[in-house]
Amino acid sequence: MNNSNKNTLDIVSLNHWYGQGDMRRHVIQSISMEISPGEVVLLTGPSGCGKTTLLTLIGALRKVQDGDIKVFGKQLYGASRKTRQNLRKNIGMIFQGHNLLRCLTAEQNVQMGADLLNGFSYNARRAQSREWLRAVGLEDHMSKLPHDLSGGQKQRVAIARALAARPKLLLADEPTSALDSSTGREIVDLLKKLALEQSCSVLMVTHDPRILDVADRLLLMEDGQLLPSV
Amino acid sequence: MKLKNFFEKRKIPLAWLLLTRQPLRILVAIAGISFAGILMFMQLGFRDGLFDASVTVHKLLDADLVLISPRSKSSISMSGFPRRRLVQAMAHKDVIGTTAVNWNFLLWRNPENLSTRAILALGFEPSKPLLLESDFERKAATLKNKGRVLFDDLSREEFGPIASWFRSGRVVETEVAGKRVRVSGIVSLGPSFGADGNLITSRETFLGLSPGNPQGSIEIGLVRVKKGSDIEKVVRSLNFSLPSDVKVMTLNSFIDFEKDYWKSSTSIGFIFTLGAAMGFVVGCVIVYQILYSDVSDHLPEYATLMAMGYNLRSLLGVVAREGFILSIIGYIPAYIVGQVLYMYVRSSTRLPLEMSFSRASLIFCLILFMCMGSAIAAMKKLADADPAEIF
Repeated sequence: MNNSNKNTLDIVSLNHWYGQGDMRRHVIQSISMEISPGEVVLLTGPSGCGKTTLLTLIGALRKVQDGDIKVFGKQLYGASRKTRQNLRKNIGMIFQGHNLLRCLTAEQNVQMGADLLNGFSYNARRAQSREWLRAVGLEDHMSKLPHDLSGGQKQRVAIARALAARPKLLLADEPTSALDSSTGREIVDLLKKLALEQSCSVLMVTHDPRILDVADRLLLMEDGQLLPSV
Repeated sequence: MKLKNFFEKRKIPLAWLLLTRQPLRILVAIAGISFAGILMFMQLGFRDGLFDASVTVHKLLDADLVLISPRSKSSISMSGFPRRRLVQAMAHKDVIGTTAVNWNFLLWRNPENLSTRAILALGFEPSKPLLLESDFERKAATLKNKGRVLFDDLSREEFGPIASWFRSGRVVETEVAGKRVRVSGIVSLGPSFGADGNLITSRETFLGLSPGNPQGSIEIGLVRVKKGSDIEKVVRSLNFSLPSDVKVMTLNSFIDFEKDYWKSSTSIGFIFTLGAAMGFVVGCVIVYQILYSDVSDHLPEYATLMAMGYNLRSLLGVVAREGFILSIIGYIPAYIVGQVLYMYVRSSTRLPLEMSFSRASLIFCLILFMCMGSAIAAMKKLADADPAEIF
């Protein structure tokens, strides 16, 4: 028990269904897994196998129907909306599309992440945002709107935004799918490097076979089940 | 210290940026809100202006108390009462002066094209005070000759170019009620609802112009009291001591009495309030449309913010702030255009249209209510933002 509390993530026999009656589909079938602090785990598998659903469950974006999910030791099963909301502040998310706010500049987008932190003055949060943009190599594009950035640059801003909130767990859903292979590689390396500096665990869903080697551990998923490790 | 704390804690002004980064949308919003505001300014302005216009002469009367007949309903239907009541009022220890005034409509002949038109004529004793107008005493002295009148230069043009003829040094003579009069001075009162124009003359001339009027009967009695005396108390004691064929009231209640007549027995109030309400509804629809489509367009972004850990309440706050910002930036042009239009209306209709503080703040409150109400309605759409859907 003591040991499991130290893990960033503990999942025990998690089940999830979509739909009702005859249409009910068992999309997550008694999955158990754990991630320890600072670990980079890649989750791969054919599309429609339930990877994204698993990610949204871990990200406290969906209600858990059956089974245990403990994020930072906090039980998600039966957790209130407010508990899940507060928990999300400690979980960084990077999406397939960059999902940046169109009306904000790169710097302001990153600051939306930094603004989630309590106890820092406006200027401190602003300085942190700039620091993060420098870390992802966008110091020359701070005041550009997402519209004026390339796909890779947008994804870098998204990484900076996710990390600016100082998450302890980073969830990434196919962050490289919209990028060409060399940019994708760069992004993933950057992500891993920055996450490790923060001792932040990473769970990344990907189809991209070229980035599998960044993982400490590789999980294969098929038809809602985790396959035994390769 | 608190302010500094707030300053330190401030976050990205998302509501402001959402609005200002969409110039077209905010322009439409400003145009819509301002239009609604201008409509309300004009309708309520006309309403108040018309009511104010009904008391242009009343406001200028040099009196603390006014005596009228209880049968008088408004300035267009004044009944007479015995002039002796004013003498009786003088007996009160706080009363220091009175003026007897005849008040009736007479037919004025336009000396230029000879057409006739009803004009409000006030007859008084020229040695007594009547109006709080500068230099009035000197003008009133000219009325001591019989057949002299003072003409109101703010009267409608249909009465003829009296003021300009008089100022150019011409002897202006015309007919009132079929009898010859000469204009011996110019005053500035302003037309009202009931009267298109005004003239002032002596009681002697007035009675000569309307021989049917009983000698000892007047329509209005002006009473002035000692400085510092309790006016309400004087009203009570006069009402008690005088016979029931007169009613004593303060000048302010006399003004309200006249306004109330126009408010209650005409549809002016209803018509213009309805017009203002239409402006309000149009504004609500526009702001709601703007905010609703703004929320819909940004739904994935709101969902992203929720996924990042922002709670629903802080996002509702963003929409509320958008509504608040819209109300401010929509009100300012409405206020400015309202001022300009008031000025234009004043110069072209002589209606006393003023930007009163109470109306300006009432309309601001209405616009604020309109924007916040629409924002609350648009917030419902935010419930559709499901962070689980954006992966």
